[in-house]
Amino acid sequence: MLEKALNGSRRYWTWVFFLLALVGVGFVNYLYQFKNGLGITGMSRDVSWGLYIGQFTFLVGVAASAVMLVIPYYLHDFKKFSKIVILGEFLAVAAVTMCISFIFVDLGQPMRVLNVIFHPTPNSILFWDMIVLNGYLFLNIIIGWMTLSADRKGVKPPHWVRPLIYLSIPWAFSIHTVTAFLYAGLPGRHFWLSAIMAARFLASAFAGGPALLIILALIVRRLTKFDPGKEPIQAVGKIVTYAMIANVFFLGLEFFTAFYSQIPGHMDSFKYLYTGFEGHDRLVPLMWTSSVLAVVSLILLIIPSWRKSESILATACVALFISLWIDKGFGLVIGGFIPNPFDTITEYWPTLRESLIATGVWALGFLVLTLLYKIAVTVREETSGIEIEH
Amino acid sequence: MKLYDGGKIIAGLIIFFFLVTFPFFLNIGKVNAKPEPKIDTPEIQKLAEKKCIESKAFMRAEHMKLLNDWRDSAVRNGERTYVNSKGKEFTISLQNTCMHCHSNKKKFCDECHTYMAVNPYCWNCHIAPKEKES
Amino acid sequence: MSMDRRQFLKIAGISTVLGLGGASVMRGVRGSEAEASHVMTNEKALTAKRWAMVIDVSKFRTEEEYKRLIKACHSIHNVPDFGEPKDAIKWIWTDTYEHTFPTQPNEYMGESVKEKPFVLLCNHCANPPCVRVCPTKATFKRKDGIVMMDQHRCIGCRFCMAACPFGARSFNYKDPRLALKPEDENKEYPTRTIGVVEKCTFCTERLSKGLIPACVEAAREIAKETGTEPGMYFGDLDEPGSEVRKVLSACYTIRRKPELGTEPSVFYVIGGEKNA
Repeated sequence: MLEKALNGSRRYWTWVFFLLALVGVGFVNYLYQFKNGLGITGMSRDVSWGLYIGQFTFLVGVAASAVMLVIPYYLHDFKKFSKIVILGEFLAVAAVTMCISFIFVDLGQPMRVLNVIFHPTPNSILFWDMIVLNGYLFLNIIIGWMTLSADRKGVKPPHWVRPLIYLSIPWAFSIHTVTAFLYAGLPGRHFWLSAIMAARFLASAFAGGPALLIILALIVRRLTKFDPGKEPIQAVGKIVTYAMIANVFFLGLEFFTAFYSQIPGHMDSFKYLYTGFEGHDRLVPLMWTSSVLAVVSLILLIIPSWRKSESILATACVALFISLWIDKGFGLVIGGFIPNPFDTITEYWPTLRESLIATGVWALGFLVLTLLYKIAVTVREETSGIEIEH
Repeated sequence: MKLYDGGKIIAGLIIFFFLVTFPFFLNIGKVNAKPEPKIDTPEIQKLAEKKCIESKAFMRAEHMKLLNDWRDSAVRNGERTYVNSKGKEFTISLQNTCMHCHSNKKKFCDECHTYMAVNPYCWNCHIAPKEKES
Repeated sequence: MSMDRRQFLKIAGISTVLGLGGASVMRGVRGSEAEASHVMTNEKALTAKRWAMVIDVSKFRTEEEYKRLIKACHSIHNVPDFGEPKDAIKWIWTDTYEHTFPTQPNEYMGESVKEKPFVLLCNHCANPPCVRVCPTKATFKRKDGIVMMDQHRCIGCRFCMAACPFGARSFNYKDPRLALKPEDENKEYPTRTIGVVEKCTFCTERLSKGLIPACVEAAREIAKETGTEPGMYFGDLDEPGSEVRKVLSACYTIRRKPELGTEPSVFYVIGGEKNA
């Protein structure tokens, strides 16, 4: 089926080469970072994780969200998702590719990355994160590819794929739970030291990921002859709505605990992020943008008649995605480091090179996504009208 | 027998052939002198018994493994004394024991490593002895 | 026996994997010289069950004295000085009471303590979170309680920096040799390379030669010169007669953030006129 990615319109190739150019720019800057060290980023002794790890965290959520299509379709026999479940699985593949790339560009000694396998350390959450992320990548490649190639031939996928699909459901929860555990188990980082961290991660993932999927489905419909259908998009819209409500609720719980208890360590990061702390307020405008977008998206989503309009739904999804991208891809990681263990403040802002490398990784992910979607959409166009069942 | 798309296949094969043999073409005509690591440092000349910690054959074949063992032994287990096969003791230290005698890194280490195109990262951290002009 | 392409590829794949396994068997076949040799701890080495340090800040009087402690450590360990906080590497440094003990604030404290510099270094915790999170065992706890770094193995993920509640760890954002003059380098100790994390090691390389940590030695020298008692003690926490245990039983001492359960091995004597 791979050959289907090689046969496209002029617009398709323009897009592919545009992404390749961004990947190239990112790569050149990465080589510079590789030679000169992570000192070229905005990270410091006090804020030792930045944009890279933030984006990684956010994208694990996007990857995990495929399960929001898999569960209704495979466990509840919700037939309407039959056409778009592949879009979710391939989105997961692209997202995990980005996750792994972001971890890689964040390493100080990337050539030694295999030490994680040579010296396996089960007490390290990062060791488990490596296992679950790679496992999830392979699960989604295998499942997506086998079901799609079966569709193309008009047959059922091989019987052994089904257990893998069931396995992918808890596995999706595991990737984001383990990623939350990276943060939630660290003593002295009060902003992260919260039992609800994993639940918050999952809620934001199941809002942000499907929101991106809706946007992608609408783009696919506009650009190709493949129509994912109105009803599945509405169904995903409902999932986004509930998940976002849960996400905002969980964030509210964090606020309550911090501010009602009045424990300084618990309040300080929130103060830094939302009001500025001891004269430092670089992230305040971003965090308020995120909050306003969250509220706007919720209003648009909760009112049923608005949500049913696809243009309003799309607007809500864009607002929601940007909101969560700021909140989780940036604020969550930076906020945990401020104030530092000495109760002083070092602020962080990514450098140009750092941003270009991050853009390169995103472009790489979108390239993978484009190629996979091209294949999936071409197969769907060829088999349109034929009922498929997995 | 008919070869479909023969032109493309043959062109592809030719490109493949040149890619694979590129390193050979690149090095054609270049003198590739056999490495001759030197052990004639002043420090070694001063030794009463000019012997390394183990036999020459062993060191030549196994020094990389030995250094890895030394690294783990010193850094991870805090065991910094090596007792060789003859019962003689040495302090485990690349910088202070090995390079104390072999103070000619360029002729002793790099000569072979460059020839073999291996690039150990020892010297990113360990400070090489100051080379004496010879 | 006939086989189709599929079977051939399967067998080829499996035998490749087995072949890789075989290579490790070969590695076991080694010369007899390696078997006849062995490694051991130096006979002169100082040993303990749990190394610990007590810092009596009341014993230090001048800025100069603190600088000597820091220089004693940073010069022998080739710790670079980039001159700015972003890429800073610190093994031992000073800060105020407020920053050293941020969870025990006291705004009505006297100036003598408020302004007093506190010596900070790795706490060599008995229950170290940095060791717990390291994905490669590059940082690990030795049998004598020292939390050690294996720079050879560190992949630079900086998980340990996020986990350390004491800000004791530094990352080599830049090549440390850029900030080290060759003539200032200690030729007997390595530098670090770009992209690895480092910190105080309680001078393991000195302990193995029978020497106390460089900072403690400097503190003793200062005391000798000024005719006072030293501001730093070093010894075995598990040994009731040790120097540190004597100070701990004679003085009221506190540790940084004990509520986190990491059990630091560095204790502080805060004030008072005469102790121990």
